[in-house]
Amino acid sequence: MANLLRTPFYDFHVKAGAKMVEYAGWEMPLLYTGIIPEHEHTRTAASIFDVSHMGRLKFTGKGAEAFLQRVCTRNLAKATPGQSMYSLVCNASGGILDDVIVSRFDRHWMMVCNAANRQKLLAWFNTQLATMPGTTIDDETTTSAMVAVQGPKAVGLLDPVLPEPLSEIKRYHFEQMRLMLVVQFTVFRSGYTGEDGAELICGLSAAGMAANYLLRSGKEEHPVLKPAGLGARDTLRLEAGMPLYGHELSETIDPLSAGLGWAVDLNKDFIGAESLRSVQAAGPTRKLVGLFIDGPRAARPDMAVLLEGKPVGVITSGTMSPTLKRCIAMAYVDASLAAPGTALAVDCRGSQLTATVTPLPFYKRPKSA
Amino acid sequence: MPAPADRRYAETHEWHKQEGDFVTIGITQFAVDELTDITYVDLPQVGKRVEAGKRFGEIESVKATSELYSALAGEVAEANQAVKDDPSLVNQDPYGKGWLIKLKAPGADLSKLMTVEQYAAKHGG
Repeated sequence: MANLLRTPFYDFHVKAGAKMVEYAGWEMPLLYTGIIPEHEHTRTAASIFDVSHMGRLKFTGKGAEAFLQRVCTRNLAKATPGQSMYSLVCNASGGILDDVIVSRFDRHWMMVCNAANRQKLLAWFNTQLATMPGTTIDDETTTSAMVAVQGPKAVGLLDPVLPEPLSEIKRYHFEQMRLMLVVQFTVFRSGYTGEDGAELICGLSAAGMAANYLLRSGKEEHPVLKPAGLGARDTLRLEAGMPLYGHELSETIDPLSAGLGWAVDLNKDFIGAESLRSVQAAGPTRKLVGLFIDGPRAARPDMAVLLEGKPVGVITSGTMSPTLKRCIAMAYVDASLAAPGTALAVDCRGSQLTATVTPLPFYKRPKSA
Repeated sequence: MPAPADRRYAETHEWHKQEGDFVTIGITQFAVDELTDITYVDLPQVGKRVEAGKRFGEIESVKATSELYSALAGEVAEANQAVKDDPSLVNQDPYGKGWLIKLKAPGADLSKLMTVEQYAAKHGG
């Protein structure tokens, strides 16, 4: 595939028999054996995902905190060193430019953004820097690697191989560690699957070594940890009710309508705050909801949601849930129809599927003992 | 799995295998790879008339939905119940147990469809 970026794990993917696809300018594994088995393995054991395509932007300088406070909706001043926060980046009208995770280090900040939005965000930030100097932004995406290890067995697997146990890192916190003395990396207790686990970032040169270390015991394949692709990542995040940029989130959708008000602090000043205060005062006109769909046919993005035959919303994501064995979807519907239990329909190529509004997430991992 | 030489192929990735008055239709490995894990197959009732180049059903995966087309006209003589019960059969054996429908189409002319060589040249088998 011409002109596509490759992660440091490209050779690993090919050797493992992955079906490679283009995703946001990167050549990425869609699946290795199958989306459903990889999904189920993540829910019952542990999977490793190459997420090196995600953007990694480093913010340094005296102005970095003030700058990030200006471009992010979340109140990042509340983050202590070693803590990460989910946030939105909005334009002046409150539309979502991206959803990101911002991590506070001792002397700098790190933002993980969507691959498809990295160049757009860099351009946006550079425009803002003109009026808010004092911050340096380094794009470390192609000089580092990132993997996610997710699943109920992830913490137990990582604990003995990490110099500091993952089980002692709180959710949405991170630690910088050294492996085999030379490999420096950062371990975040976070993920995008609805399971417990970690996301690890390290330098390019250490990536292969770290992956081999995690994935192989001797020359044998790891008995528990298996690779999973972007296909399973998508069905896992959908079951977990997590939005995906380009589906649930876009520049024409505001965080309040998307149900992300918890990641917006209207008491601070940031780009888009004024518009979002108006949305808050008037109440969103549409809301993101979960839908259970009766029958075996899945609702797909852009299908109309109907009430008594009239369009009242649109599907943003939908699939047959591998865990629940029934069709699930997310949709924007008129705010008056967002209450759980509301009976709606989906226009599926001319025939109507019965849909019921249901609280998100569809899947919640069992509380560990 | 390589496409077998004993059948003909349509642009829309269905294979058509002629045996006497009957033509069996399924989808190719290429189509299966594009769809990924299949979760649902909608097939017509026995006795239903299928038109050439028209949609006769649909197939869904965790990732996408795709329409199914027949390259020829005929009457549905059989729809694969095993595939309706377990759609993953199409993933496991698209050229065998994962067949979809059998049409009664006496004297059907498959010569306009692609040979296995032509299909493989276009879609890598």
